[in-house]
Amino acid sequence: MTPDTSVSPPAVDQDWGRLNSRLLLVNLSILGAPLAMFLASLAVTGGKTNLQIIITLASLFVTFLVISGIGLMRLFTTRYRLTEDRFELRKGLLFRSERSIPVGRIRGVDLTANPVHRVFGLTTLRIDSGEQSDAVARKLALDGITKAEALELRRRIIALRDAGRSPAVADNDGVLCRLDWSWLRYGPLTIWGVGGVFIAAGSVYRTLNEMHVNPLELGIVKDIEHRFGSVPLWYGILVSVLVIVALGMVGSTATFIENWAGYELRREEGGALRIRRGLLATRSVTIAERNLRGLELVEPIPLRWARGAKLNAVASGLGGEDENRSRRALTSPVPRAEAVRVAAEALPVDEPGLIEREGLLRHPRAALRRRINRALIWSVLIAAVPVGLGLWLSTGLVIGGVITGVALVPILVAFAFNAYRTLGHGLRGRYLVTSAGTFAHRTVVLQREAIIGWKISRTPFQRRAGLLTVGATTSAGEGVYHVYDLTEGQGIALAETTVPGLLAPFIERAPDRG
Amino acid sequence: MERHDNLRLRPPRHRVDRRAIGWWTLQSALFALPLPLTFGILWATIPPTREFFMWATLISCVPGLLYMAVMPAWRYRVHRWETTDEAVYAASGWLWQQWRVVPLSRVQTVDTLRGPLQQMFGLSGVTVATASSSGAVKIKGIDHQVAQDLVEYLAARVESVPEDAT
Repeated sequence: MTPDTSVSPPAVDQDWGRLNSRLLLVNLSILGAPLAMFLASLAVTGGKTNLQIIITLASLFVTFLVISGIGLMRLFTTRYRLTEDRFELRKGLLFRSERSIPVGRIRGVDLTANPVHRVFGLTTLRIDSGEQSDAVARKLALDGITKAEALELRRRIIALRDAGRSPAVADNDGVLCRLDWSWLRYGPLTIWGVGGVFIAAGSVYRTLNEMHVNPLELGIVKDIEHRFGSVPLWYGILVSVLVIVALGMVGSTATFIENWAGYELRREEGGALRIRRGLLATRSVTIAERNLRGLELVEPIPLRWARGAKLNAVASGLGGEDENRSRRALTSPVPRAEAVRVAAEALPVDEPGLIEREGLLRHPRAALRRRINRALIWSVLIAAVPVGLGLWLSTGLVIGGVITGVALVPILVAFAFNAYRTLGHGLRGRYLVTSAGTFAHRTVVLQREAIIGWKISRTPFQRRAGLLTVGATTSAGEGVYHVYDLTEGQGIALAETTVPGLLAPFIERAPDRG
Repeated sequence: MERHDNLRLRPPRHRVDRRAIGWWTLQSALFALPLPLTFGILWATIPPTREFFMWATLISCVPGLLYMAVMPAWRYRVHRWETTDEAVYAASGWLWQQWRVVPLSRVQTVDTLRGPLQQMFGLSGVTVATASSSGAVKIKGIDHQVAQDLVEYLAARVESVPEDAT
């Protein structure tokens, strides 16, 4: 397709790289999974087997055989090379694809290694071209080259890319942040852990059920059931909750370790930020300086109570919504002060406390009223469920519902006040700063030049209260960042001062209402 | 700093086409009518359940008909659009309203989309997209010819305005 593929075919073969042949072993090793499951099922059922188990595992085996076949095909047909000005990749036997990407357009080069790859010393190199077309076509991945090759290739790509540019950025190479194991205390504070317990229990149950082993008949489950029956109900529930929370904490601590072991954030030559992390699956994300359009400081509730926070990058070229979510993290959950320090170093500006909430402009009182109203409505709605059921079933539920409602009001109103205090916005030099959030507080710092449009919206309730929400759209991060609940004049003035001239032709002065 | 209490956005210059009201009514009918229609058929065909399905039909009709009566006219009052030499500006919504502005220097693509219903009414929709995943300005329910001219104008303008990277 590209002109140069037809020029000198014989010479080409020598400098085309291939995937590593160790990938052969990787591909065969996944066949071990169904075998291991077979052995596990034998162990669980005590050596007995039945047709159902065999059929399930046989179909699994065939599936894995196909996957492994596809993997082998990829291994034998993939070729890549780096020329002076472009990176080229060919793969496929039946569906041949040839892709070439100009080096200057490469936004990032990431290395990731899943556990199996790591056993064989392999890694996956991903090249992000930052095109906004569909995510599948955008990514170039070399799935299975040795780590040394990958590092060398990345070094060459980055060197080639940056050779074309003026080395304007000063060489401030160095580590910005490194894992401190004391941060492990924030590990259990992610709420996902408890959900993870249920997910894990569910999938174990499903798998056993598929094999026609009734999990409820297993000795260990019977034993627990028996004990549960022999103690008072409240005690049983209390213990179950404690066990689930404890398991969840263990789970989220394990996730923390898996995600953040070996974490290091450093500034590379040319100003790019590079995050490396991961125990089993190692991940390395590079964000070029010009793609870093801002930062986001997130304080979800359990973490906030422990004075912790997370720092995310607001950057373009990190991929679609899901990919962006998994790749944007700049720090693990860390002490808030540490997150603020890293923020100041990641985005060096003259403004001290760029990402701090102090000093931001407050929002109108009407925003507080909206939040209090919301709290009251939620209290009523939550209380209405048991009350409604109670009218049907028993008066006990009605009383319980009313008590719940009455107890919820002060709690949710306290949240409303807290959410109002969190609201804030301001302009700090080149950046627009906005802060909001009820359960998770978010402070976003966004480069004003990165704003490529406004999205101003009003709900019916906001119209009645004379408020509006200003959304700054950008190619980076989530695509739009909001400043919530400003008065009409305030919001429009903010948009106009942030990006002068864009909104001006569409603004008018209302006749004075006195 | 000067007082900005009385600043507000003025509505964009052009309304969408009047036929859009018909289009929105038809569209809302497709949402609102199947359920009461099903109940109605059951009401007519299964005598023993007459009373239940009569009420079901009447009750399920109410929100649907209200929606069909209110939404299209309300939308017609809100939906407006405008282009200048520098930007595209559009208002949309009815209960939940939205104003979007995109500078032409950031426009990446201009698409038209005509669904089967819009085609029945001779209408078109224009989407002006930027690099932001949620920054597109959508102008729906304008006359087909107007849409074509708009796309041509935007395409020409976008080419002549120097593009900002990202």
